[in-house]
Amino acid sequence: MDLKGKKVIALGERDSVSGEAIADCVRTAGAEVVMVETECFV
Amino acid sequence: MDPENQGLIKATVERYGSDDLVVVLGAADLEGLEMVAETVTEGDPSYVGPLAGVQLGLPVVHIFEDDLRAQVDPAIYEDQIGFVELAVDSDAVKAAMKKLRGEG
Repeated sequence: MDLKGKKVIALGERDSVSGEAIADCVRTAGAEVVMVETECFV
Repeated sequence: MDPENQGLIKATVERYGSDDLVVVLGAADLEGLEMVAETVTEGDPSYVGPLAGVQLGLPVVHIFEDDLRAQVDPAIYEDQIGFVELAVDSDAVKAAMKKLRGEG
């Protein structure tokens, strides 16, 4: 999966990796982040 | 998955189309991963949210997966993800993702 040029929905989890952390990472790979959320499964 | 988030995902797909969209997950909870992956591909398994019966078929990957990690700036990855990856069973997450995609 080449992230460059992709539009990313970043869905994190409160007790693991947050949506914001995912977004920060995938932006460095050339992706555009179009939605960021951090879910709580508990 | 939270019905509110399902609505946001549905609106995002309607706005951008699904051709270039990718869902990147961060959860370490295997049941949670399965639920979210199913929701954005086959539809809401609990049939309560806006994605009930809606098969978006979006590609789903996890930030722990080697293929993604290789594309991310290593310093940012280490700063944002490294400590979480050490604290959870990332191998189980990677295996679960392959299984969810029917790869293993």
